[in-house]
Formats: sequence, structure tokens, C-alpha cells
Amino acid sequence: MTDRNPPPGPPTPRTKAADVSQVLHTPPAPAPAEADLSALAARHGLSVSGARPSLPQYVRQLWARRHFITAFATAKLTAQYSQAKLGQVWQIATPLLNAAVYYFIFGVLLGTSRGVSDYIPFLVTGVFIWTFTQNSIMAGTRAISGNLGLVRALHFPRAALPISFALQQLQQLLFSMAALVVILLCFGIPVSVSWLLIVPVLFLQFVFNSGVSMIMARMGAKTPDIAQLMPFILRTWMYVSGVMFSIDNTLKRSGMPHTAKVLLESNPAAVYIDLMRFALIDSFHAHQLPHHVWAYATGWALLAGVGGFIYFWKAEETYGRG
Amino acid sequence: MAEQTIERVGGPIPGPDGEPIPTVVADQVDIVYRIFGTGSGRGSATAALHRILRPKQAEKAAGVRKVHAVKNVSFVAYKGEAIGLIGTNGSGKSTLLKAVAGLLPVENGHIYTHGQPSLLGVNAALMNDLTGERNVHLGGLAMGMSREQIRERYEGIVDFSGINEKGDFITLPMRTYSSGMAARLRFSIAAAKDHDVLLIDEALATGDRSFQRRSEERIRELRESAGTVFLVSHNNKSIRDTCDRVLWLERGVLRMDGPTEEVLEAYEAFTGGADKKK
Repeated sequence: MTDRNPPPGPPTPRTKAADVSQVLHTPPAPAPAEADLSALAARHGLSVSGARPSLPQYVRQLWARRHFITAFATAKLTAQYSQAKLGQVWQIATPLLNAAVYYFIFGVLLGTSRGVSDYIPFLVTGVFIWTFTQNSIMAGTRAISGNLGLVRALHFPRAALPISFALQQLQQLLFSMAALVVILLCFGIPVSVSWLLIVPVLFLQFVFNSGVSMIMARMGAKTPDIAQLMPFILRTWMYVSGVMFSIDNTLKRSGMPHTAKVLLESNPAAVYIDLMRFALIDSFHAHQLPHHVWAYATGWALLAGVGGFIYFWKAEETYGRG
Repeated sequence: MAEQTIERVGGPIPGPDGEPIPTVVADQVDIVYRIFGTGSGRGSATAALHRILRPKQAEKAAGVRKVHAVKNVSFVAYKGEAIGLIGTNGSGKSTLLKAVAGLLPVENGHIYTHGQPSLLGVNAALMNDLTGERNVHLGGLAMGMSREQIRERYEGIVDFSGINEKGDFITLPMRTYSSGMAARLRFSIAAAKDHDVLLIDEALATGDRSFQRRSEERIRELRESAGTVFLVSHNNKSIRDTCDRVLWLERGVLRMDGPTEEVLEAYEAFTGGADKKK
């Protein structure tokens, strides 16, 4: 290995060599003394370029960009299928096909449905709610590292990106929920007042997802390799979250240690999935929910939302640099 | 080349106390790029493993190279000025602009700015699959304009871009535009906002001659309404037409800082004569 220095400047035509060295050796214009300049800047109230704003300032900036966040999410969602012949039909066809695949594998081939009433609504709800969390986190991981062009060209609070991606997934989920309602009605599940619980559940889950997205966005910005690792982590997480089976039934049957039980029941993904099942499916009763389920749902949302936001803000000035 | 006799209105606008108001102060700025993995192959698995196991040693072996892109540059830009940045390729012009915009960290020194300098560039926020119309809205929002401001200026943006001169193209997806049309729309969106300090990097090279003239006109307007405009260009004519002061960077060092004509003459002598064809 040679420790050769690169030529600092561009290659110049050979005939110009004399001129170049002459120009390069004339001393540059004398710079004013340092004290003068910083004093001048201070006197006119100039601020250092690219410094991190304070937390309240940051929240205000983010609020000012709320229209950008929603417009960006909607634009991404629309752009997704704009080249397809069927266009926006895929918004609803994709989740339906997903549900069909899971039904075929777990309902028909493996027969996980044993002991779960209304297995198809149960499964489809689980798949949709899980997909929301999974896709938000995946998109969040690439929110900064995959949008460096945007980050390097424009000024906006960077948290707008992971939040916008989570919002895009929420919009996607609303399409899926429309498909879900059709499935529910097809399987003879009655419309009930408890369906109103969809709103608080989705809100809490959205806050949770945004928070985790922001955490992953910061980590992904520093180490893009994480994006390669995430699918494996997320798949493991999916299998312990009771997407295709009932955690409640499994816990009753197996003699699992108490810690494992608590861990399974407090898992945020499982909490949101079970709450949604409770809201939508009449045969999914309150006693199937873990204890303190609303406390868990709110706690996780607050912890991830606030913690993730602060964690993300702490590195605000470093995104897209270097 | 004949002396241009263009009236240049502009130059520093004095503040209430008679002193010109500074908008950008660069105080002995150094910018250093660190480039990783220039030595032994970054792609090979053994090299990657080696880096993980022995980070210190491997950093040396992998040849983290430092490129000193901007060296000890100081200048003060005032309100009402249009400043051209010239220099041969790779002399640090764009790097300096990025640092003024706060998008690159400085190694030493400080850059103080009034408000938030913005690079003229919304390209990254636009989506090719969306219509020109939606991109105008999206780009405006990305630059921090409010919905009302965009609605007010929408007609102006579309007219300025000239996209609709040959038919109703604004309602077609941007991927169907020719590269010139797309570039014009991008410039029109970016120039629609009033900026405190506007940084333009080679934006005027796009579009046909009539669009270039309109762009230069718009830059003059922006300068009068906003404050300070920085323009990086290799086109000495557009520098002459729009700027009243020029910074000449060569190999990262500030060679000259002065009135446009003076600096350009020295620069043209350095690069081998004035542009004949312009």
C-alpha cells in the first residue's frame, strides 16, 4: 500500500502549467482577522449554518411542515401503482391476495385454525395489522439512507421522512381495512359498536410505528447494513406476535414459564393485533385479551413515540452529511 | 471579448445605520472529505471482516483518504448582492455552496448565515410517476411553502416553465416529459419561493435560450426581493449578466474576490482566453 496523496486539483492542460503554478503561488487575498468576522456575524444576529434546533423549535418546524408530510405520503402511495394497468385497484387487491396466501398455508395446509372460531377474519386482521407495523419499520429503516438526495437538497426537519412513511402505511392500511370489512361481512360477522375502537387502536399503533421508524431511521442512516438485517428480525417478531395463531390458546396449552408468558402478552405487535380482533370480531371475547391491555397499548405508543422522536432529533444535524 | 455595457442594479444594500447588512459570513472555512475504502477492495468479504475485527489497523490499510476540498476561505456576503462562484472543475465551488446551505460539516472555521440559505433544488422531492400539477404542489410544500402560497403562485409557476405552451402537458406524469421540459419545470418550482439566501448550482445550463433568459431575469428579481444570490456557473456570460461580484476558487483556495469584470478577466486569462462563441 502506498500512501500517495491524490492530486488536489483537476488535471490542467500541459501548456498551461506555467500559468497554473504562477496563479497558485500568488498569495490569496488577505483574509480579515477571525475576531472581526465572528464579531460582525454576532452584531448582525447571524446564526451558525446547519446547527440542530432546540426540541421545542424542532416540534414547531415539524408542525409547520405537516402538509408536506401528508402530501409526501399520499404522493408515494399514488406513485406506487401508477405504472400498473389496474392502477389503484392493487391498493385493495394486494392485501386480499396476501390474506389468501396465508389462509392457504395456515388454514388449509397446516390447520392452525384448530380452536379458533372465525379463523379467517382472525387471520386476516392479524396479517393486516402486522403488515402495517412491519412495513412502517422497514420503510423507516430506509427513510434517511434511501432519500439522501432529498435530505441533501432541501431543508426540513428530517423526522418528517419517517413519519411520512408511517403515514403512507397507515393510508395503505385503510385500504386494507376496507377489504377487511368486506371479508368480515362475508363471514357473517355483525357490525357492532365495538368497531368504533378501530380509531383509538389505529391511532396508538400509528404513534408506536412512527416512533420505532424514527429509531430505525437514525440507526439505518448511520449503518445502512441494518436494512439487510431487518427482514429476519421482523419475521421472527411476526411469528411470536400471534399473527396466525392464538397466543391465548397456546399459553393455556403449554406449560410456559411465567416470564415468557408476560413477554408474549406485552409484545406491542400482539397487543395491537388482539385489540383490533377484539374490536372487530364478535367471537373474540375480552377474556382472550391479556390483562391491562389498554395500558400496554398506550404505554408502548408513548414510549416509542416520545423516545423515538427524541432519539431521532439528537442526531438531526448529522443526517445526510459526510 | 467586447466590454458588456449592462446596467447592473444591485450591490450591497445599506442598513439603517449606513453599514451594509451581511447575510453570509464565512470565517476561515476548511472542508475535508473522508473517503473510505479507497485501498484494498471494500467489496471483498475478507476485507470487510478484517475491518470489523481490527478497525484501527484496517482503517489505515483501507486507506481512508482525506481530500481537502476547501482551504481557509473567508468572505462576507451582503444583502442585495449577487455573487458568482467560478473556478475550474473540482475546485470546491459546489462543496462551498453545500456548506453554506448547512448540508456539509466544516472541518475548521464557521459559517454564519442570516435565515436559512437554500440550494435551488427540488428535484429530489419530485416524483416522476406523478403529474406535473401534483409535483408543483409537492415541490412547493417540500420547500416549506404553505398551501395558500402554492395556490397563489401555481399559475405563475406553470406559465414560467412554459410547459403548457405546446399543449396541456401539466396534467401528464412527469416521466413523459422531455429532459428539457422536466428541467424547466424543476427550475420554475424552485424559483417560485422567496429565499433569504439563494444558492444556485449550474441551474441555468438547462432549457433553451429563451428559457435561460427568463431564468436570468428571475434571478435578478429574486436578488432584489430576497437578499443574496450565489451562482455557480461555468458560463461566464450568465455570471456577467447576473452577478456584480465574483469569488474565484482554485484548488479549494480563494484566489480572487472582487468586481465581476476584474475577476473574470483574470480567470479568462488563466483558463486560456474568453469564450469566443458567446
